[in-house]
Formats: sequence, structure tokens, C-alpha cells
Amino acid sequence: MSVPYAKLPRWVDYGLIPLINLIVAFVVAGFVVLLVGENPLRAAGILFEGAFGSGQNIAYTLFYATNFIFTGLAVAVAFHCGLFNIGGEGQAYIAGLGVSVVALSFDSVLPWWLTFPLAILGAAAVGALWALIPAYLQAKRGSHIVITTIMFNFIAASIMVYLLVDVLKPLAQQAPQTRDFLEGAQLPKLNGIFEALGMSVRSSPLNISFLLALVMAYLVWLLIWRTKLGYEMRTMGHSSKAARYAGIGEARIIVITMMISGALAGMMALNPLMGDQHRMALDFVAGAGFVGIAVALMGRSHPAGIIPAAILFGMLYQGGAELSFEMPNISRDMIVIIQGLVILFAGALEHMFRPAIQTLFATLSPSTVGVPVAGGKGA
Amino acid sequence: MEFFNVLIQLLDATIRVSVPLLLACLAGLYSERAGVFDIGLEGKMLAGAFAGAAFAAVTGSAWLGLGCAITVSVLMALVHGFASITHRGNQIVSGVAINFIAAGSTIILGQAWFRQGGRTPALSGPARFEAITLPGADAIRDVPILGPIYSVLISGDSILVYIAFAMVPFTWWVLFRTRFGLRLRAVGENPAAVDTAGISVAWLRYRAVICTGVLTGIAGAYLSVAQNAGFVKDMTAGKGFIALAALIFAKWRPVPAMFACLLFGFLEAASIRFQGQAWPLIGKVPVQFMQALPYVLTVVLLAGFVGKAIPPRAGGVPYVKER
Repeated sequence: MSVPYAKLPRWVDYGLIPLINLIVAFVVAGFVVLLVGENPLRAAGILFEGAFGSGQNIAYTLFYATNFIFTGLAVAVAFHCGLFNIGGEGQAYIAGLGVSVVALSFDSVLPWWLTFPLAILGAAAVGALWALIPAYLQAKRGSHIVITTIMFNFIAASIMVYLLVDVLKPLAQQAPQTRDFLEGAQLPKLNGIFEALGMSVRSSPLNISFLLALVMAYLVWLLIWRTKLGYEMRTMGHSSKAARYAGIGEARIIVITMMISGALAGMMALNPLMGDQHRMALDFVAGAGFVGIAVALMGRSHPAGIIPAAILFGMLYQGGAELSFEMPNISRDMIVIIQGLVILFAGALEHMFRPAIQTLFATLSPSTVGVPVAGGKGA
Repeated sequence: MEFFNVLIQLLDATIRVSVPLLLACLAGLYSERAGVFDIGLEGKMLAGAFAGAAFAAVTGSAWLGLGCAITVSVLMALVHGFASITHRGNQIVSGVAINFIAAGSTIILGQAWFRQGGRTPALSGPARFEAITLPGADAIRDVPILGPIYSVLISGDSILVYIAFAMVPFTWWVLFRTRFGLRLRAVGENPAAVDTAGISVAWLRYRAVICTGVLTGIAGAYLSVAQNAGFVKDMTAGKGFIALAALIFAKWRPVPAMFACLLFGFLEAASIRFQGQAWPLIGKVPVQFMQALPYVLTVVLLAGFVGKAIPPRAGGVPYVKER
């Protein structure tokens, strides 16, 4: 029954198994499409066309992907330390405050390239602080980080509604949102890149925070696999006992990891606020914090996996919007189902197909799994 | 007397909003006491609410709706069990997945089947659980104090309300006075000991998870078939998480769970009743503050500043027989 998992070749572990899990998730999603009376293959075609059909569509896909790279990295960093940061949604939401305070204070005096670094700091600081409290409570008081971060999502939502409705809203305005950011807090678009490639982009929200996301992905890789701190985090994630024996301060690592995670989630707020809407409105995060969980699980918590996973979800968001025009039965909520299925099959059921694949490899080429030819399983 | 009437109305509202919390909270109690963390209460409740309202609308029977709600909710609970018991997956991840699948599919299926913007058709008559007037309620309505308490507070609720409150002593009895309950609690504290005694850990946990599904199904049906006349998208609105908070607040015990749910229900009812009004001594309280209070209280309790909430020892840990 509980045979230890034999070693499989790396490409199976990091390529084949996640791919099979993903395919199963999409096949099940296809059944849901059948259930509402549409053709899943045609739906997939429209979705793909809507996401990558033109420069415009690709730009939108990457705009959404930017959000998910940030939140995916946030979840992944915490995963490496054995922590489940389910609070990316709240951290990103409240970090909107950091962005808005910077943007509203400096947008009339500074150019964007000075406001942007300040806003990055603001977003990261507020996101990190919002993650600090659950981290401290986990490290020092032993309260479960999953529960506290869930609670903090709700608390953040309440605070933001209060602030937007009662404090930040200009008096003359009905909608609960801040005043519009002036030019000094509007990030430049990346449409030029697409035009240089010969594609036309009428207007898209893709902006330089996409590049920031890529930089952050590289920095996370550097942190996790090339620094002492990252090593300590991974040790902690594998075995907190081993970490303690090695003299790694448990509380310190938990707090630092969660603050990095919160800072990454917080930076997500830059993209919609300064890059697209140029103001802060209610619920601007729109579930991106939760998508981060699916992205991190799919990307196996590695930046090289997270970026494609984020683009896949960007594709679902952008293509899903187009799809809902063509097939009114399939609204954007379809993405929420797919997201759930990806989390289920790539996360909770990640080992479901492993025994079968293991047996397959053991019979096909015993040497790859390290099983002696005559010995059978359970070595 | 004016104050008394307001109080009675407030408490009556408290009971109505507490019932889904209570059912979901007791649901979580079975699962978590057996060592399976369940943050998918919200999703199961939502799926139950949709299935209940949809089936009640189609068949015209509230009871069939309830049955369908329970069935769907149990199926989702079994998915959680399959992932976290059979495949020893991460229970938190599985719960998150359940929540998303429920949130998305209730909207998609609702729109595809009924074409009312994610709503189910409005229920009326036998398709809905009507309020029950207890015997004698009308007769003593005019008796001071006792009259309103009996006729407004206790009488005049739907059958599911009485079922929910009856579940509290029942759950206590099951957990603390039956062999099943003893084993269920044992499997949440020390599954290896239960295994050594020759009892299947997996089957016990599966049964606990099924109990969870049944109760979240009833909670969902209460929302859409009794309290409201149909399903509205995202109608659980975080109730599953408040129930989770109440469960921790009650330290995983049935009777305190009821009081925790009533407290959180009272906060909700009061924030609706007194919205925008100034309170004595503290002045005007933003409604968002009242909404956030259950979560803040839970965080404070979890942190051990007020008492200490210690979860079942084997909670969240998949059981591995031997390696």
C-alpha cells in the first residue's frame, strides 16, 4: 500500500506528471463545458484565439499574467519554507494602500520613473506588514498560518471597504474609489515592443510592471537556490526538526519568509493600479491572490514553472473574456472552475498518477527508476 | 417595552443568521475531530445551496431539494476525502480547490440551466421550507415577556432551524457517548493507536467526512430553500469561513460551537439592525468593523491571548500506515 515513491527521471517528475495532472484538470473542465451544452473543443479554440490571436490579445494575456506571476511567486516562496500563504489576496488588496498613498502624494510632483520605485517600496512594505502579523503569530504563538491568513483576507477586505467608502473617496464623487492618478503615477505601456515586432496594438494595459514581475521571478530564483537564506528556508520546508538541529532560527525564518511572500503579493497591486486603472477601486485584486495558489502549484514553486503557469492563467482570463462573448453560457466564472480543478489535480491529487507511471517506468526501463531488473517494487 | 421588542427581534434575527453557521460549524467539527482539516466548508455549503434550490425548483418539493443538497455536498466531501485520505494530499490545498470548483460551477450551471443571471427560479409553496408555528404560539402571543419569547423567538422558524439546534446535543452524544465518536476522536489524536486496535483509519475518516458533507448540505439547503427563496450567486458570502472561525473559537467542542455561532450571528444581526446608528458610549461604529469582528476575535483567540485553542493533534496530517 504505502510503497515509498521511487525516484523517477527528472523530466518525468517536473514535466510529465505536472502535464498529466494539468491535462486531467482540463479534461474535467471540458466535461463541465459539455454539461452546459457547448462543444469543449470549439471553446478551447476560441479561448486560444482570444488569448493569442493578435498582438492586442497577447498584450492583454501578459497583463493578466503579470498579476499571477507576483502572486504565484508569493505563494511559492512560502511553500519552500513549508508555509501556506493563503493570504495573498488580502496582502495584495491592502498593499493597494501603499501604492495609492505614494501615487496620490507624488503624482503631481515627480515623474513616473521616480514614483514607480517609491510605489514598489510602498506596495512591498504594506504587503509585508500585512503578512508579518500572521507570521509572527505562527512563529511565536503557534497559531496556524492558514487560518490566520484567511482571517486576514477578510479583515483586509473590511478595512479597504471602510477606507474607500469613508476616507479615500473624494467628496464630490459617488463611486467608492480614489481620485484618478495623474501622469506622474501612470506607468508606461509596453505596446512599443509589439509594434516593433510588427503587430498592431490599439490599446492594452500591459505595462512595465510585467518587466518588474520577470525581475522578481529571477530574484526569487536567486534567493531560493543561491543564497544562505534560501537554503535555510528550504531546509525549514523539508524538515523543521533538521532546521532546528542545524541551528536555524525557526521564528526568524518564518517571519522573513512570510514578509518576502507578502511583499511579492503586495507588488501585484502596482499592475492594475498604476498600470491600468490609474486609481484604486473596490476589489481590484479580483481573485488574483487565489490564482497565485494554482500558479504556484502548477509551476512546482519554481520561477521557471511559475511564469508559464501565470501566462496560462493569463490566457484563461483574456481568452475567457472573448469566449464569454461567443458562448454566453460560458462566463468568466469558468476560469474559477478550471482554477479549482488545477489546484485539485496539480496540488491535492499530485501523486494520484504517480504509482501508475512508476509501474510503467519500472516495466519499460527498470534502470531509470533504480529498481533491479528481477527485484520488483519496493526496493 | 420598546427596548424589549427590539431585543426580541434582534435575537430572532440572530437565530436565523446563526443557523447556517451552526450547521457548517458542526460539519467541520466531525471532519476536524477525525484529523481531516476542512477549509472547504464554504464550497460544500455553496454547492449544497445551489443543488437544493435547483432541485426544489424543478421538482417543487423542498424535501427533495434538501436531499439533493445533501447528495451533492457529500459527493464534494468525498472528493476531499479521496484527495486527503486515499491519496494523502495536502488537505488545505484540497479544501481550497473544493471552494473554487463550487464557486465557479454553481454560477456556470445556474446560468446555463435557468438563464436568470446565476439565480435559480424563485421558490414558493411546498418548494420551500415554510415557517412552522408551534402549538399555542398564537394563544400566548399577548402574554408579556414570555409571549413574544415563545411566539417570535422560538416559534415561527423553519424545520431546518430546529434540526440545526437539535444537532448540537446529537453531535455531543455521538462524539462523546458512542463508540463511533470515541474512535472518531481517537483517529484525530492518534491514528496509529486506532490502527493498532484493528480499526481502519481511512474508513473512519471517510465516515467523518461524509458526516461533514451531510451537515454542509443541510446548511446550504437552509440558505437557499428556507431562509431565502432560491439560490443567488455566491450566497454563502464567507459563512463557511466564519463557521471555521467559530469552530476554532469553540475549541472543537459542540456546545461551545453553538454559542460561538450565536455570538457571531449576533454580531452580524446587530450590524444589520443598527447600521448607521450611533451606539451609546462608543458612537457610530462602521459596519465593516462589525463584519470584521468575528475574524479579529478568532485571530486573537488563536494567538492564545484569550485562552488557547489547541487543534486535534493529528489534524492535517495524512495517515501513513508504515514505510
